[in-house]
Amino acid sequence: MREGGFGRARLLVVDDNKVNRLLLTRSLELMGHSVASAENGRVALDMLRRASFDLLLLDMEMPEMDGFQVLEQLKNDLQLRDVPVIVTSSLEGIDSVVRCIELGAEDYLPKPVNPVLLKARLGASLEKKRLRDQQKELVRRFATPEVAQDLQNSGFALGGKRVDATVMFSDIRGFTPLAESQAPEETIELLNTYYMLMFSAISGHGGVVNQMIGDGLMAVFGAPLPLADHRESAVRTALEMIELVELFNHEREAAAKPPIRIGIGIASGEMVAGYTGTNERATYTCIGDVVNLASRIEEHTKVAQCAILIDGATRAGLDERIEVEPLGPVVFKGKTLPVDVYSVGVGQKP
Amino acid sequence: MAQPTIDRATFDELKETAGAEFVVELVDTFLVEAPQLLDTLRRSLATRSADEFRRAAHSLKSNSNTFGALTLGAMAKELELTGLAPALEARGATVDALAQEYARVAAALTELKHA
Repeated sequence: MREGGFGRARLLVVDDNKVNRLLLTRSLELMGHSVASAENGRVALDMLRRASFDLLLLDMEMPEMDGFQVLEQLKNDLQLRDVPVIVTSSLEGIDSVVRCIELGAEDYLPKPVNPVLLKARLGASLEKKRLRDQQKELVRRFATPEVAQDLQNSGFALGGKRVDATVMFSDIRGFTPLAESQAPEETIELLNTYYMLMFSAISGHGGVVNQMIGDGLMAVFGAPLPLADHRESAVRTALEMIELVELFNHEREAAAKPPIRIGIGIASGEMVAGYTGTNERATYTCIGDVVNLASRIEEHTKVAQCAILIDGATRAGLDERIEVEPLGPVVFKGKTLPVDVYSVGVGQKP
Repeated sequence: MAQPTIDRATFDELKETAGAEFVVELVDTFLVEAPQLLDTLRRSLATRSADEFRRAAHSLKSNSNTFGALTLGAMAKELELTGLAPALEARGATVDALAQEYARVAAALTELKHA
C-alpha cells in the first residue's frame, strides 16, 4: 500500500459531466495531487479494482451506475470499503445528502465546488485515512493475517464463539541445555530460523500461529476463519514441519552444530475461540479441553518417543494415505478417561 | 431580467482559481456539451423519459452555476425539480425559453473567455 500523507495523493474523480470532471480534476491537480477520472460509476469501480486510490470524489447523478449504487457496492466490498469518498454533487434536497452519509460517504460538498472548502475537506479526509492505514499496519504486524482480517470484518470485541477446530502444540526437544551451551545471539538466530520454517509450514496449510513461548508454539486450524479439512491440514503441516527440521539439521550439521528435534501434539474438537484480555490489550486464542489435550499429547511425545502424536478425533478426519499407528489409550494428568493416541508417520528418536 | 446573463464575480473567481487558459478550454467544452444537453431535454420530453430529462437538467444547472450563468442555472433547476410533471406544451415552452437563455449565455461566454 502506498504512503498516505496528504502531500500528493492519488485521487479518482467520478462525474458524467465533462465540464465538472475537467474543473474538479484541474482544482485537485493545482493542489498537487495526482488525479484520474471516470465518467460513470461502473468505470470507476473497474478502476478502483485495478489500481489503488487514496480517495474518491463522487458525483451522484450519473447514467449507467449512479453515485448511490457506487456507495452501496463499495460498502459491501471488503477490499474497497475503506476508500474514503467525498460526494460532490448539486443534488436537490437534504434527504439525498443524508442518504450519502448513511451509505458511508465521508463528506459532502455542494457544486459548484468551492476550492478552499475542497482543500480543507480533502486534507481532513486524507489525514483520517492515513491514521486508519497506520492502525491497520500495526494490526497486521502484531497479529496474524487471519486475525487481522477477522478484526477488519467483524471488529474487535472481547468474548468468544464455539468453533470446531484443530489445535497443535510443538516444541524443541532439549532446548534448555542447547540454549545454555551456546551464546544467546546464536540461540536467537536459531529460534528465528526455526520459527520462520514452522510459520511457513503452518500458514501454508491454512493454520494460524497464535502463541509463541520460548521454543514452543501453539497453532490453530479452523479459527478465526473456518477451514473445511482442519484435521488433515494440521497433520500434513506436522509432517512438513518434521521434514523442514530435517533439512535445517543438514545445514546445522554442515556448520558443525548439533541437530534439533521437535515434538508435535494435535487434538481436534469443539473449543471456544475469541479475544481474551482487556479492551486495551487482548490476544486471539482458543480455550477448552481440546486445547489442554493437545498440550498433554505434545508432552507425551517425549515419553512415547514419537515426533507426531494425535488424538482419535483428529485421526477420524484423516485421509487413508496418511499412515497412523495406534498407541492405545493413555491416561493424562487432569483427565479422568483414557484417551486413544495415534502416532503419525515415521518415529523420530527424541 | 434584472440578473445579468453571467455573474462576473463568479466567472472571475473561476478564472482566478483555475487559471485563464484552462477556463478557455472549460468554456469550449461547455459550448460543445450544452447543446447536446438541450437536445437530450427535447428528446426525453418527447419520449417521456423522466430520468434522462432530470439528469440533463441537473447537468445543465450544475454547469451554468459553475460559470455564473445564474439565470440559466435557475431555469434548469426548475426543470430538474418539476421534471415531466407539467403539461407537455407548457414544458416544451420552458425548454424553448431555456434554449434562448442558453444562446445569450453562449454569446456572453465566448466574449468573456477572450477578455
